Amino acid sequence: MLGEGILKGLAETAKNFAGSFVSKERMTTVEYPEERLPLPEASRNFPFLVYDGTDWEAGLRCVACQICEKECPPKCIYIDKSKDKKPDHVGKMQIYPTKFDIDISICMSCQICVEVCPFEAIKMDSEYELATDDRFGGLLLDRHQLAKPNEYYHKIHPTEAAEVDARLAEEKVKADAKAKAAAAAPKPAAVPAAKPAIVASSVASPKEGEAG
Amino acid sequence: MKVAETSPGFAFEKAPEAEGWNRPPVIEPDGEGELLEVSMGPHHPSTHGVFRMDVALDGERVIRLKPVFGYLHRNHEQIAETTSYLSMMPYTDRLDYFCSLSNNWAYALAVEKLVGQAVPERAEYIRVILAELTRVQNHASAIGFLIQEMGASGTPLMYAFKEREKILDLFESLTGSRMMCNYMRFGGCRVDTSAAWLEATRKVVAGLPHFIDEYEALLSENEILMARCQGVGVLKPELAVNAGITGPMLRASGVNYDIRRVDHYGIYDRFKFRVPLGEHGDIYDRYMVRVLEMRESIKILEQALKEIPSGPVMDAKAKIRGFRPKPGEAYGRIEAPKGELGFYLISDGGNGPYRFRVRPPSLINLTVLEDMCLGHNVADVVLIFGSVDIVLGEVDR
Repeated sequence: MLGEGILKGLAETAKNFAGSFVSKERMTTVEYPEERLPLPEASRNFPFLVYDGTDWEAGLRCVACQICEKECPPKCIYIDKSKDKKPDHVGKMQIYPTKFDIDISICMSCQICVEVCPFEAIKMDSEYELATDDRFGGLLLDRHQLAKPNEYYHKIHPTEAAEVDARLAEEKVKADAKAKAAAAAPKPAAVPAAKPAIVASSVASPKEGEAG
Repeated sequence: MKVAETSPGFAFEKAPEAEGWNRPPVIEPDGEGELLEVSMGPHHPSTHGVFRMDVALDGERVIRLKPVFGYLHRNHEQIAETTSYLSMMPYTDRLDYFCSLSNNWAYALAVEKLVGQAVPERAEYIRVILAELTRVQNHASAIGFLIQEMGASGTPLMYAFKEREKILDLFESLTGSRMMCNYMRFGGCRVDTSAAWLEATRKVVAGLPHFIDEYEALLSENEILMARCQGVGVLKPELAVNAGITGPMLRASGVNYDIRRVDHYGIYDRFKFRVPLGEHGDIYDRYMVRVLEMRESIKILEQALKEIPSGPVMDAKAKIRGFRPKPGEAYGRIEAPKGELGFYLISDGGNGPYRFRVRPPSLINLTVLEDMCLGHNVADVVLIFGSVDIVLGEVDR
């Protein structure tokens, strides 16, 4: 009979319409600003810089190695490396970024900077309501705006942050052991002063390689 | 509609030159009045983006059709030649933004061939699961868009999007992003799946057959759909083969060619699935082939989710950055939801490709648009164009 297929289709839509009054699964729409779906843990949006301790400037894990700048696909990261060294949050002398800007109007949220960072210094944020009326300055985030404490990282990606902390602790134990061994063992031989800063940085960058 | 149990690979008996294969049928205007030249697009709502067709009309009949593209050109291949292999991975997401995981796979496959990188078992299974989920959501929304162009503004598309939403949620909880997943790496996948994710996937896959039944009840027997689609936009198998058409378009014309069968990339030879083939090569066959492919994808998903082994997801020797492949070339291709997606790479020993070329299914499937449209009405042009299932991001790159 002509029209049978149409009626069959209409029955399907009628079933869904009537069903939406009784079953919750058929109500798929979420009225966004009033109600929100929880973000999954892996959710990512734009990068931020992790700092340890309480002082954001001293605590930044970033040592301005510029690997992320080189690997960033749309080249949205701008880093200036410091000429001097400053103590970080545990008092070790480190090179630091004098400028670390991310242009989030260019950033494509690909997470490559996070993957290539050997110091676990840059991570992905999941904040998404970033609309601004200043399309140049408002979307160019400097290092102060990007710096967020490690606790914040634990809040948004708990599993991942716990793994990262475990890895860093393990590396620190290894670095300490190596520094101790270097200090204790052959004092008179070859290298006169195994400076802890150099040892620590060479151990802490296992992935560092040619990026060119 | 016949369904091929096994694929003999590429077998085509007739000589391709047989029936005027390389010439579109010449449509003569009837001589009354004059031809009207219409420029459809680039901002026509049916063009899936920015695509222009210069159409010459005699009344309602199409006499000539010239596709014009390039409005969305983003320098994809040139960018690749200035960056490293890893930096190119997120760009492949943006080719066909409906199927970013398939694109990731094709590119990873090309680089893995170039550097001779092995992929662990578990990663192969995850790739198959993700690629088949991508296929299901792509076909569902492709049908939705096709029906929308027919005038059913909304309902079927929203039904498809309701299901796609569930699949995108899975993608987001695994990869961190809904569409721009950037998940696969040379030698495996970026992060491992949790048991909870696999369980959630099993749940979604278990719900898919019901969705397709519902979708088919809504559409397949609809008289309006049949009247608009059957016998419209016929693509002959000879022409399809000669023009290099791949994917559901080719199979709807009855040519048994599926790269999952022919090439055995990944671990597809372990799964049992059938390749649906059309008989007439019209829009309705393309619709039907997509529906049946979704059903076959579900079968693959069920098998893969049952058999997935434990183990690492990244090869121990794999390097994601800082590697320099030996000079040489490699071509990685997969059966993407829209057809054969290939990445051709030439290395000169540097840390990025010397030459990077994409073989996009969308662009090549578009080349026969004129042949399918000639002699039909303007309203059918929109429909035929929709049945090709293209994404402009991939056409223009």
